[in-house]
Amino acid sequence: MTEDLNPTGMPERARIDHDAVKPRRDSPRGGRKGEQLQVPEAEFRSYYGRPIIKAPVWKNPDVPLYLFLGGLAGSSAVLAAMAGPTGRPSLRRAGRYAAVGGAMGGTVFLIHDLHRPSRFLHMLRVFKPTSPLSVGSWILSPFAAFATAAAGAEALAPYLRGRRGAKTLQVAGDAAGVGAAVVGPALATYTAVLISNTAVPTWHEAHRHLPVLFAGSAAAAGGGFGLVFSRVEDNEPAQRLAIAGAVVELVTEEKMTRDLGMLADVYDKGRAKTLMTASKACLVVGAAGAVVGRRKRWAAALSGLALMAGSALTRFGVFDAGIASANDPAHIVVPQRERIRRREEAVQAGTTPPDRHYVPAAGN
Amino acid sequence: MTNVFDAFSGTANSLYGELPDPAADAGFDPSHPKRVGFFTDTSVCIGCKACEVACKEWNLVPDDGTDASDLYRLTGMSYDNTGDLGASTWRHVAFIEDVRPHGSATTAHGGAVPAEPTTGHIPSGLPALGGGALPKAPRDAATAPPGPGGTGTGTVDLLTLLPDAGAHGQQTPDDERDVRWLMASDVCKHCTHAGCLDNCPTGALFRTEFGTVVVQDDICNGCGYCVPSCPYGVIDVRGSDGGAHKCTLCYDRLGSGLEPACAKACPTQSIQFGDLDELQAAADARLAELHGRGVNEARLYGRDENDGVGGDGAFFLLLDEPEVYGLPPDPIVTTRDLPEMWRNAALTAVGLGAAALAAFWKGGRR
Ligand code: SF4
Ligand code: SF4
Ligand code: SF4
Repeated sequence: MTEDLNPTGMPERARIDHDAVKPRRDSPRGGRKGEQLQVPEAEFRSYYGRPIIKAPVWKNPDVPLYLFLGGLAGSSAVLAAMAGPTGRPSLRRAGRYAAVGGAMGGTVFLIHDLHRPSRFLHMLRVFKPTSPLSVGSWILSPFAAFATAAAGAEALAPYLRGRRGAKTLQVAGDAAGVGAAVVGPALATYTAVLISNTAVPTWHEAHRHLPVLFAGSAAAAGGGFGLVFSRVEDNEPAQRLAIAGAVVELVTEEKMTRDLGMLADVYDKGRAKTLMTASKACLVVGAAGAVVGRRKRWAAALSGLALMAGSALTRFGVFDAGIASANDPAHIVVPQRERIRRREEAVQAGTTPPDRHYVPAAGN
Repeated sequence: MTNVFDAFSGTANSLYGELPDPAADAGFDPSHPKRVGFFTDTSVCIGCKACEVACKEWNLVPDDGTDASDLYRLTGMSYDNTGDLGASTWRHVAFIEDVRPHGSATTAHGGAVPAEPTTGHIPSGLPALGGGALPKAPRDAATAPPGPGGTGTGTVDLLTLLPDAGAHGQQTPDDERDVRWLMASDVCKHCTHAGCLDNCPTGALFRTEFGTVVVQDDICNGCGYCVPSCPYGVIDVRGSDGGAHKCTLCYDRLGSGLEPACAKACPTQSIQFGDLDELQAAADARLAELHGRGVNEARLYGRDENDGVGGDGAFFLLLDEPEVYGLPPDPIVTTRDLPEMWRNAALTAVGLGAAALAAFWKGGRR
């Protein structure tokens, strides 16, 4: 330690945090030296600026992609189930394939994310309502089964046309499709519980927003997929769902970052910011394209792609923001101190402590 | 799993709140042993790290994963080169070198306003620095601290020298700076409401009959969900075997009636092991004693059964705010909000389904 780290009169809080900021697991890239030594915006004390909680060890493309695919599959299953009886065969086909693709891809990513993949089946050892990952495994498994059956029926139908069993196959496929549609929305929103039921401040404190955000994102993805792969005479429901999803996603994102207060700073810097900005741009462009270009095959397809990209980027952005939040001791100390302060105030005033809510201290 | 319904119906404090007997809540019959734990009294810790070593040796915990580019993993921040708790560090001795400009006030640390001016946070019971009484001879750690009368008496219990106010800890004066050392041996808290346990999807983490929280390595599939679920940042996944690991409170030793390795090895009884109720009584007595001696910044951490995790099985006596030791000041188990989260997710799922149905409105059959 050189002398200038301890200049006389320097407020000791700032000094402690200056001493060694050692980010966990990823070293700062770009390597500009001054950057790691930035004075933290909020005044707080910590153990040499080190993270307090452990950031998730979840692997990066795997888990955000799993979140995205779960949403895509979930909302596509509902579209497919409705497209059949309303006579939109190309939307039904697209939806069933999206559902099975999302479920299968999601399962692969989920297994690959495990640090002991060969024990994947241990996920189904118990059913634990206190563990969102356990509940999620029990949602994903039947969904994957239904989606596979529905997509199988879809794929086999051309070969059986006019033969015996074609009708049975169709009925079975429709029934499986309905099953997938019932489970699908849960697959799309449970992932919000999965990440908000952690000690990661930016995720946990957004537990009222994330389900809505993820539902909107799922709708944008499923609708987007429908726009890409169904014929223009069939794609109107996909268009409506995608636009609604994009709007919900954009509005909820805005509300979430506003309500998070100082915890939202992770959305304002680094890769999370880039991802969220890109996501918003894709969603706006995609939704606008879907409004004006639904009747043109290519315009609909491009809009759908943009919407799906927007949905995926949101998941990546939320994931990155969570990692940054977990690595930032200020995210633990400042809100918790504020909570203590408010609780003490409330106890004195004889009211219920407003545990979860805190307003950032003045100047933030 | 007898408590699942209770947990979500709110009839038992299974997810949050005071819970006198977590082992019974986990389904053990009433004849189970009493809940055990650690009381780590950091005011007597000398930072020798015997606890870290004893833990590693007894539990065969491998090396932390030193790589060649990061020789010996020197942190460059203090004598603490372990850094934090993790999959291969189940006891971690935090070392805080608190350097302040000479004469800076210490009342901000919870100490009372000194009745008479003191020289910074060097105890006034020690010969005053710069007050003229002290020969300005340089001292180092090998020199025995002078006794109250200025005569060197060999070993001295620093605490008997403490004044009525000011910050404490192990202190070394020099000419320009006041230095205070705080040492604390951190460990898994064996929470009453353990986020890691509640969130583990495989059941690998379980509550033992002693009320502690242990990972079964042959069940863990390395999903990593426990890692961000711990409000203290304790448990982690080990790179070499992909499993989650943390302190077991020496479950194997407990079964044979032995105390955990770290408590056994600690030369100062900073780590005390025993039945939790007895430890709590001992901690309360120790706190009262320290406060009586004027160590006003002494505080218990994790002792309160009404805190956000329902109280810790391993709790601490600290000499500064918890965050200075790398501990969260007000941890709350994440599952406190889980019933509400499930409700929100279910409602949103219904909303998503309804939106997808509504998208077909007036589209009609074609
Ligand atoms: S939540 Fe953390 S501190 Fe509590 S028992 Fe689990 S690993 Fe230990
Ligand atoms: S990593 Fe192992 S102990 Fe941790 S939640 Fe997953 S299965 Fe449970
Ligand atoms: S707790 Fe005991 S064994 Fe561990 S560093 Fe402190 S004095 Fe040494």
